Amino acid sequence: MSTIKIRAKESKGAVTVKALMKHPMETGQRKDKKTGGKIPAHFIQEVVGKANGDEVITVHWGPAVSKNPYLTFVYSGSKGDKVELKWTDNKGNTDSKIAEVK
Amino acid sequence: MNRRNFLKNSLMTAATITTLAGLMIKPKRVYAGWPKESFDITDLSESIKSVYGHDNLEESSKVKLKVPDIAENGAIVPVNVKTSLDNVESIMLFVENNPQPLSSGYNFSSKSRPIIGTRIKMGKTSTVMAAVKSNGKIYTSAKEVKITIGGCGG
Repeated sequence: MSTIKIRAKESKGAVTVKALMKHPMETGQRKDKKTGGKIPAHFIQEVVGKANGDEVITVHWGPAVSKNPYLTFVYSGSKGDKVELKWTDNKGNTDSKIAEVK
Repeated sequence: MNRRNFLKNSLMTAATITTLAGLMIKPKRVYAGWPKESFDITDLSESIKSVYGHDNLEESSKVKLKVPDIAENGAIVPVNVKTSLDNVESIMLFVENNPQPLSSGYNFSSKSRPIIGTRIKMGKTSTVMAAVKSNGKIYTSAKEVKITIGGCGG
């Protein structure tokens, strides 16, 4: 199952994209209570948003973004646009999803 | 194995290793755009300088920063930024008292409107600043968020 949930809605020529991504967003500063060692950092670094293939937004996240991060952005577009989101984390994992604007 | 074959084989092995090494390095290049240095800096003004190359900021009422006055849980602090400024290139979020002040950055294209929303972690009570780059200048808006429980510790 995809780690990304997207809701994209158009109103008066502006498309509001709301997305939730499933990710631990470990800062690298938290301690493992059992071993006492640090839990290694694991967080999404980049999210690229595209509309009909054209890049709309490039987001750079640090470890101080909340677990299961939330992102909203707005672009000039219309109903039926294909909005694509793709994230890449610091371990090189990626996931992407395409949703249609309603 | 004769000498010629040995040389041929070792050359091929070397070539294979180089290709494999090249493939292994490749995924790292994808992140060239992610400003690691800026995200690592622990001082607010140094962090601002590393992002923009200067710290010439101007406070503006045209930058609307929406954050809660008090956040009970520092692990989830909702932040919304919008601006009526035009030609906005980017919006950056800084949290002064976090271990690394730079929290996130949003780079726009000509199609996007300068409105963003996200949720961030805050270790303790701090000023949150949104910086908008418009027509080459940096406009900011800042607000204090009181944290009852920190979100960065264990």
